[in-house]
Amino acid sequence: MERIPILKMGPFLLVTIQVDLYDRLALNLENDLISMVSQTGARGVLIDISAVSIVDSFMGRILGNIASMSRIMDAETVVVGMQPAVAITLVELGLTLQGVYTALNVEKGMELLNKKLGSDLAQDEDEEDDQDDRDE
Amino acid sequence: MNTTAQVLEKNRNRILELWMQNQLSEASLRDDLMTSEELQRQSQDMLDALLRAISKENYGNIYAQEFEQVTDTLRDISITRARQGFSPRETGAYVLSLKKALSEILVEERAEDPTTLYKELIAINNLLDNLSIVTFETFIKGREEVILRQTDEISEISTPVIRVWDGILALPIIGTLDSARTQIVMENLLQEIVNTGSNIAILDISGVPAVDSLVAQHLIKTVSATRLMGAECIISGIRAEIAQTIVHLGIDLSNIKTKASLASALQLAFSMTNLEVRRSEKKLGLNFSR
Amino acid sequence: MIVMSKDTMEIVREQDVVPFRNRVREFCTRIGMSLVNQTKLITAASELVRNMLKYANGGEVLLEIVSQNAKTGVRLTFTDQGPGISDIALAMRDGFSTGRSLGLGLPGTKRLVNEFDLKSQPGQGTTVTVIHWKHGR
Repeated sequence: MERIPILKMGPFLLVTIQVDLYDRLALNLENDLISMVSQTGARGVLIDISAVSIVDSFMGRILGNIASMSRIMDAETVVVGMQPAVAITLVELGLTLQGVYTALNVEKGMELLNKKLGSDLAQDEDEEDDQDDRDE
Repeated sequence: MNTTAQVLEKNRNRILELWMQNQLSEASLRDDLMTSEELQRQSQDMLDALLRAISKENYGNIYAQEFEQVTDTLRDISITRARQGFSPRETGAYVLSLKKALSEILVEERAEDPTTLYKELIAINNLLDNLSIVTFETFIKGREEVILRQTDEISEISTPVIRVWDGILALPIIGTLDSARTQIVMENLLQEIVNTGSNIAILDISGVPAVDSLVAQHLIKTVSATRLMGAECIISGIRAEIAQTIVHLGIDLSNIKTKASLASALQLAFSMTNLEVRRSEKKLGLNFSR
Repeated sequence: MIVMSKDTMEIVREQDVVPFRNRVREFCTRIGMSLVNQTKLITAASELVRNMLKYANGGEVLLEIVSQNAKTGVRLTFTDQGPGISDIALAMRDGFSTGRSLGLGLPGTKRLVNEFDLKSQPGQGTTVTVIHWKHGR
């Protein structure tokens, strides 16, 4: 069965969608990606849709689902490279992908994830510091 | 007895003469837009077509086949005049002065037969009134085409996307934002975001005369589309009265970054991209060393 | 309205959606429709075809290139023999859905195209006709 490859890059997963997804393939992607997140303990997921010319409400729902499911497993999702025509159409359709981060390209998406991860780590350290303070 | 058409046909040259006289004596004659030779030729064509049409003894139905050439010529003239900038009165006077000429001839010819004259005048009047309606319809259509073309031109020229800094775009919107315009604005902006890889877009609405709920909706759409692409959008140029209407209409812009001026929007954009603008400490006095 | 070219396509399974979208794209490019307008129409077509599969187990789509008042556009007619829609006004309301979807379906689709017409009789299927002009609007 045809599958979309998922690449692991450090703490992140990268998926590049190169074809117009039919529904089965999209659902497979959702499953595969979520199990990969749980297996690898990835902290972020990048989905590159720069080659996708049509995003309808089904595809939008898949993207939303991936983001919500990953978040529960402590990973943020960034959708990168959406084409202008697709963005205009989604807005007109009323689909604004709430809860999904977006970036212009993979590089900027990676930056965004690093920043999110960085501030998370900083927060964790702060909390640990607080803990230490209290211990003393 | 001769029919109306025959009577008029017999007097063809006099009608043209009278008609031309009527037109030339009109205070509103636009000899700046059209020479009297041209007018003469136009009128001749028109009269020929009309006489040919009524020779079929049809004075009522101008949509019949024999009138095709009359209405075509008339439409042609009206639309040309609309484009040349004639006023409605000037355009209408063309047909109405023909009516006057025709009536005068009939009055002369039928002096001894008032009953026939009465009938004929009514028929000719109705016919020419119908023709003047065609003139107006076409005239207005011609003007609408002009307006439509200008609207297209305006929406094309008035949405430049400016690169104000590395990674920061500005788009000043001038004029009303309707749905057709919004799509052009969005397309230009989003394409430029891709081309330049910019993270921030500033929409400046100083040049938008009024913001109602529809315009606000278009702005919100543009912001949402920008975010879907992965860039952030700031709306600037919100004047006091615009802020007032927005609040009075209950429009929720709380999810959108807004600033009063383009300058403060740019400042916000700088701080979002971790940039800082500082006055450089130049040594004074060097300029005077001459 | 003058029909300049037409074609029909059967939609019976989910795998037909992608080829159907390509067929719509072909029609759009044939009249030189801009990319944004193409994307809007294809997305709308995709939504409608999914509805057809979900509620009526498929149906037939008529694709046409039409011309009216010097405007050229693509007209799509979706016909199914499904259960039909009993309350059209309710189905056209934003946020309403009987299936497990986002409820953007019909009203969202309507916003994407220039002309939208829905006819349905409960028990006798549904026909949706959409037109998108070359220049939009």
